[in-house]
Parts: sequence; structure tokens; C-alpha cells
Amino acid sequence: MQLLSQIGGSVTNGLAYVGSLALLGGRAAFYTLVAPFRGKPLRLQRAIAQAMEVGVRALPILSLITFFIGLILALQAAYELRQFGAINLVATAVAVSMTRELGPLITAIVVIGRSGSAFAAEIGTMKVTEEIDALETMAISPIHFLVTPKFLAMIIMLPCLTIWANAMGILGGSLFGVAQADFTWARYIQASIDALFMRDITTGLIKSVMFGITITAVGCLEGLSTGAGAEEVGRSTTKAVVMSIFMVVVVDLIFTLMFFFTTEH
Amino acid sequence: MDSSMDTERADSQDSEVMLSLRDLRVSYGEREILHGISFDVMRGETMVILGGSGSGKSTLLRTLVGLEKPSSGQIWIKGKDITAISQAELDEIRRKIGMSFQGGALFGSMTVGENVALPLREHTKLEESTIEIMLRLKLEQVGLAGFEYYMPAQLSGGMKKRAAVARALAMDPEILFFDEPSAGLDPIIAAGIDQLIQELKKAFRMTIIVVTHELASAFLIADRMVLIDKGNVVAIGTVEQLRSSTQPRVRQFLDRVAEPEVARELDYLQMLTEEPRRSAS
Repeated sequence: MQLLSQIGGSVTNGLAYVGSLALLGGRAAFYTLVAPFRGKPLRLQRAIAQAMEVGVRALPILSLITFFIGLILALQAAYELRQFGAINLVATAVAVSMTRELGPLITAIVVIGRSGSAFAAEIGTMKVTEEIDALETMAISPIHFLVTPKFLAMIIMLPCLTIWANAMGILGGSLFGVAQADFTWARYIQASIDALFMRDITTGLIKSVMFGITITAVGCLEGLSTGAGAEEVGRSTTKAVVMSIFMVVVVDLIFTLMFFFTTEH
Repeated sequence: MDSSMDTERADSQDSEVMLSLRDLRVSYGEREILHGISFDVMRGETMVILGGSGSGKSTLLRTLVGLEKPSSGQIWIKGKDITAISQAELDEIRRKIGMSFQGGALFGSMTVGENVALPLREHTKLEESTIEIMLRLKLEQVGLAGFEYYMPAQLSGGMKKRAAVARALAMDPEILFFDEPSAGLDPIIAAGIDQLIQELKKAFRMTIIVVTHELASAFLIADRMVLIDKGNVVAIGTVEQLRSSTQPRVRQFLDRVAEPEVARELDYLQMLTEEPRRSAS
């Protein structure tokens, strides 16, 4: 009986959490997409600053990680393909798994580590020092002021980063292809391009936009629900990272299922 | 509450009521923090809300500016009950009030100038050059002329408070709220802030509401005071009326008579566990 009520409680809490995320995401989307046409201009300057932080500054580390991931994928694929004498399919394997899944996912995880945590820490600190309250008493919506620029930066930069990550992954794979599988650089790249359908790339990019929304919503929600005291900021930052990774995987699953069942073969 | 005190006002005030509380109750979860607070603040008057730690005075202030929702009761500001209006209407009223927070609550990522200019940039369509002039004026008013390019982290505690006051003044508010203006400041700096509050009152005939537990400061700046204890109004009146009050709780507070903070460990534990959010001092 107690177990049942505990399960029930967890489910209710989970649903309430998703509800708050949707509410926050919805309000941010309203301020990004609707409010500018009703005389509440976007904070482009702040959004650009955020885009620099979220996107451009993530490039070096993201490039390195996805290059390695591409190389690892090639090695792992070759291990299997070699047995069937199909090692020339390495390019296909890397290109498809990068663009459909690993490109968006690895990008999301890097961005969670760099920016999702930073969102929670920034907003959490502002909460503790009453800066959020100050915004409200000045009749400035904290969502409009703080969340919307991050939201805008994320939904633009995450797909861009994902495209970059895909390219770096394929480049990583090509290193193996050229060194071990008798490809030339040009032939490897051509094989990758031939292997890809437009759909592979677009589904990956659609997912990355959804990841961007999820990461912003979780990071900002955790920041805004920070309690009193400095240690609470640390707690919400940790929670933002863990919850973001979890929610991104859930969103990934939902969209992958959707794409799987809506694509005719 | 002593009703004879409530009806008497300081002579110099206009008779217009600026802010009026009617049976205000605020709860955090199951725990009621304020048990029916009622009093009026007149235009141009400085009202000091006095109370010990945990008396509910900070909660009262947060409720007055709409940061906490009361469980029942009314708050009338400029003829509107802010507990029963839409967010848009509340924002409209908030443009006419200024609030100076305990720690300043300046935005750490912006310069002092950007902090002070923020409400102007958000809510007005003034030219950038006009905003620059206004921001210099506001900084001058609080004695911080020339500090617009400093970051808040580079300011001392007292200067942060002054910058926060400048930001609160940006929209030329009709009511100014102060949360513990002298908290964390040495006596000399604190006296400077008291002086600033008096100057603002004199220069702009602004309605000022100050929450504090500093007796010296309270007696200096107040026209009237209201003493809050355990979520109730214990006494309200002019400085002289409170000084000459014979009510035991008032005397105890003003004469600084010690009292054991918490009777039993269990009560204290209960108090801690029942309070899910910021300390309601």
C-alpha cells in the first residue's frame, strides 16, 4: 500500500515537473515568437551574447569530442563489418549514426555541461541575491528578461552546432577510412554524402531544436526554483545537469519513435 | 492594537491614504505568518515597520510589493486592491513604486549605470541621451555621481545600497520601500543611509515605507511606526506615541529586554521543518 502511494506520488511529481517545464517553455516561446509582434521587442543583444556563449565558445570542445566519437564509431563499425568483408560500408555507418543520433545527442550533452548548468547557476544566484525579486518589483518579467534570450540562442545555436558536430564526426571517421580502409579523403566524403538522405539530417536537426528547448527549460526552471542560500545554487546546478540529460534522452526517444513510425519503407 | 493611536496622524501629512492594508493574512503552506494586519500609510509620510527576527515584517514587505500572495485580506495602493488585479495592472502599479532590497539586489552582470537605467530602458521610450542625463541625476541624488561605469562588485556595502536606491528612484516612484536599509552596514555608513532617506522625503515628499529592527534608525526617520510581533500589529502611532507607550510588548522591544529565543527544542524543530522557504524575519 505504501509502495503504491509512493509510486503514485512520484508519478504525480514527475507530471508536475513536466508541466512546469512545458509552462516555462511555452512562456519563453510566447515571448520569442508572439510578443515581438505585440510591441514587446526581443532582446537581440542579450540573445546574441548568449548565442556566443552557448554556441561559438562551445565549438573547440565540441569539435574535439565529435571528431573522436566519429573515429570511435568507425573503429567499432569496422570491427563488425570486417568480418563480412564490407569494410567499405564504414563511411555509411558513421555518417548515418552521426547525423541521426550521435551528432544531436553529443551536442546536447556538451551544451548541457557548458550552458544548461550555467543557466541554473546564473538564475539561481540571482534568485538568492533577490535579483529576480528586484526584476519583478520593477515590473520586468524574469522570463522575458532572462529566459527568452537563452531560449532564442539555444533554438538557433543547437542545430548549428549539430551540423558542425555531424561534419566533425564524419571527419573523424574519415581518418580511419583513409588510414585503414583504402579510402581517399575525397572518396570517403563522397561515400558519406551518398549514404545520407535529407531525412537523416532533418530529423537530427528537429531533435536538436527540441533538445535546445528542453535544456533551456530545465536549466532555467531549476535556477528559478532555487531555495535560499549559496549551497542551494550548487544543488540546482547539479539537478539541472542530471535532469537535462534525462529529459533530453526522453525527448530523443519520443522523437525517434515518432520518426520511426511515420516513415514508410 | 490601540485604536486611538491609529486615528491620530502626524500633523504635517496630507490626508490622502497612499497604501492601506485590510486584515492581511499570509501563509507559507500550513503556517500562517501574518494574522490579519491592518493599517494605513498616508501620502508623504515615512512609515517604519518595526519588528524582531521572525516577526513577519519582511514577509509583510514582500507581500506589499506583490512578491508574496496573501491568503486573504486586501492591499490598496493608489485606490487599487493589488491582491485582486491582473498581472498587467499589478505591473502598472509597480512602475510607480520603488524597492530597495536588503543586499541591494543589483544585477551583477551590469554596470551601476546600466542597473539604474534598466527600468527607464524597459518602460519608457526616452532617447538614450535623456536616459544618460536622468541616470546621472539619480546617481547624484544618492551621492554616487561618477560611479556609473563601476560594476556592483567593485562597490562597498553602503555604496551598493545607494546604487540600489538610485535604481528604485529611476521611475520617480510615489512610494519607496526599504528592506532593512542599515543591515550589514557600520553605524556611520548606516547613518548616511538614514540621512539619504530623510533627504528623499524632504525633497520629493515621497511616501516611504521602511522595514527595520534598528531602533535608533527607526526613531530618526519615522513619522509613524507600526510594531509587528509574531505576525500581529502590537502598536501603531507616531514616534512620541510609541516612546510613551506603556504596552508591555512595546516597552520590551524599545527597552531591549532580553527574552529566551525559543522555549523548547521541539518547537524550534517544528518551526524549522514547517518553513519551506526563505527565513521570514
